[in-house]
Amino acid sequence: MQTSTQKAAWHDISALDYLPSDRLRQLQLVRLQTLVSRVYDNVKAYRDRMNDDAVKPDDIRTLADIAKLPFTCKTDLRDNYPFGLFAMPMEKIVRLHASSGTTGKPIVVAYTQNDINVWSQVMLRSLVAGGVTSKDIVQNAYGYGLFTGGLGVHYGAEALGATVVPISGGNTDRQILIMKDFGATVITCTPSYFLHLIDKAHEMGIDMKTLKLRTGIFGAEPWSEPMRKAIEDHSSIEAFDIYGLSEIIGPGVSMECPVHKGLHIFEDHFLAEIIDPDSGEVLPDGEEGEIVFTTLTKEAFPVLRYRTRDISRLCHEKCECGRTIVRMERVRRRSDDMFIIRGVNVFPSQIEAALLEVEGTLPHYQIILTRDGSLDNMTVQVEVTEKFFTDEVRGLENLRRQVQAKIESTLGLHVTIKLVEPKTVQRSEGKAKRVQDQRNL
Amino acid sequence: MKVPQVSVFLENRRGRLHEACECLAKANISLITLALADTADFGVMRFIVADPVRATQVLKENGYTAIVNDVLAIEVPDRPGGLAEILEVLDTGGVNIEYIYAFAQSTQSRAVLVFRFSNTDAAITALQKAGINMLRRVDLLSQNA
Repeated sequence: MQTSTQKAAWHDISALDYLPSDRLRQLQLVRLQTLVSRVYDNVKAYRDRMNDDAVKPDDIRTLADIAKLPFTCKTDLRDNYPFGLFAMPMEKIVRLHASSGTTGKPIVVAYTQNDINVWSQVMLRSLVAGGVTSKDIVQNAYGYGLFTGGLGVHYGAEALGATVVPISGGNTDRQILIMKDFGATVITCTPSYFLHLIDKAHEMGIDMKTLKLRTGIFGAEPWSEPMRKAIEDHSSIEAFDIYGLSEIIGPGVSMECPVHKGLHIFEDHFLAEIIDPDSGEVLPDGEEGEIVFTTLTKEAFPVLRYRTRDISRLCHEKCECGRTIVRMERVRRRSDDMFIIRGVNVFPSQIEAALLEVEGTLPHYQIILTRDGSLDNMTVQVEVTEKFFTDEVRGLENLRRQVQAKIESTLGLHVTIKLVEPKTVQRSEGKAKRVQDQRNL
Repeated sequence: MKVPQVSVFLENRRGRLHEACECLAKANISLITLALADTADFGVMRFIVADPVRATQVLKENGYTAIVNDVLAIEVPDRPGGLAEILEVLDTGGVNIEYIYAFAQSTQSRAVLVFRFSNTDAAITALQKAGINMLRRVDLLSQNA
């Protein structure tokens, strides 16, 4: 069944990825029923919401009955800050993590020992799907700390028996030296940080292609197919998309296999639905909408129908890799990454695609939104690198116009392109901040 | 024949030219000649120095985007029609000029113009055939020494 050039990796725990679908559905139903009872009994906020909607745990008789349950939104998590939604007493909880909290209070999530074990297992299954084995040296450049990325990958890689280099994020020069000297074969970080590593290696006179690095596992922010190509063109790695969010467990909710046709959701633990973000209605297989997760096995911090704001679609067909578990289309955009300018919904990924098409490489860029009177303006600052700098003003003007025309034809609205000197755009060591909204809406 | 010229990308902001020149000055690099091309948003500073590789290195270390390419320094008869004659030679030879600027001179009475061509080799052939004098890099350096 293996179609990839990479040799298939295997681990006994991965057998769950290949369960016959009727057995998988049975397992999910039993777990869902248990979860709903447990949440109803132990978390007041969920009990109140279910009572309001006149739903009782006994009403869940089939998997489709999940539609009767209320949604959980980010605001619900915030309103219950810090421990209001925990379903276990603190003595059973062995770890806390928290989201960065870019707007207001952070969201605190909790894990029992069993939750940590489940998390390690889904991360292990993720790594196996990416072809990682116990022989690999994994340089884990996700941040360690309250952020789930670092420790999530760490435990999974250790459970697999791989060698983990827990370097965490930042300190780019050292990342490159260690990558080279330790002979890391796998890198785990955000895709934008990896592009930053490529740039830095180039500056240091190191060709990424000469390193032993062969696999990159990138997540924690939406990215695009052109970005994958840029990464693979400038290094000798195969780039995999991994998906997760701390509200559900952290990284390891879903992961690509070498077929690269969607991310396999570890649905024996995370039940996925696609809904219409406006009506909340469940959409059929294959339709695009907001992806919603229910944590079937979480003990300390279970969530019912959590609205992720991530736009995706589901595919239940068996994958060419042989896995039976459902796939989600890679998330190219988050509805909260999106901004609206003059009534047009814009995703940074659209700007990125235009830049990549015109320049053949992704320069550092930033989108700046301003308001002049009642008129909104969008400016894209693009750093001029040696690759496309020319001493002829005309050449630079042409480039600027091409980028502008490409973006304008995609979005149907006016954009100003400003060529700027290197290092004007703030560098990210974690998630890229692509949009600066100065409109004071 | 070919003279290496350094080009630097500059944003059209107050003080940027000064800052770029300052980092060259700190590295003890003296400009032999310089020209600026600009638009509302950005400019390109082009200059000739004794050691273009080091100048580029210094600029890059200071965070600028800089490249080196070849130009020709052509001696132009200092009389009416002098430039027209040269342009005719280039025109006949089918050579496109990207831009021209005047070479900064301290004493001599003759005129020297710096030309940037899309095809420098074709320009050299056409100019040599017409017997037009192109200054060598050393000529430029000694002139201003």
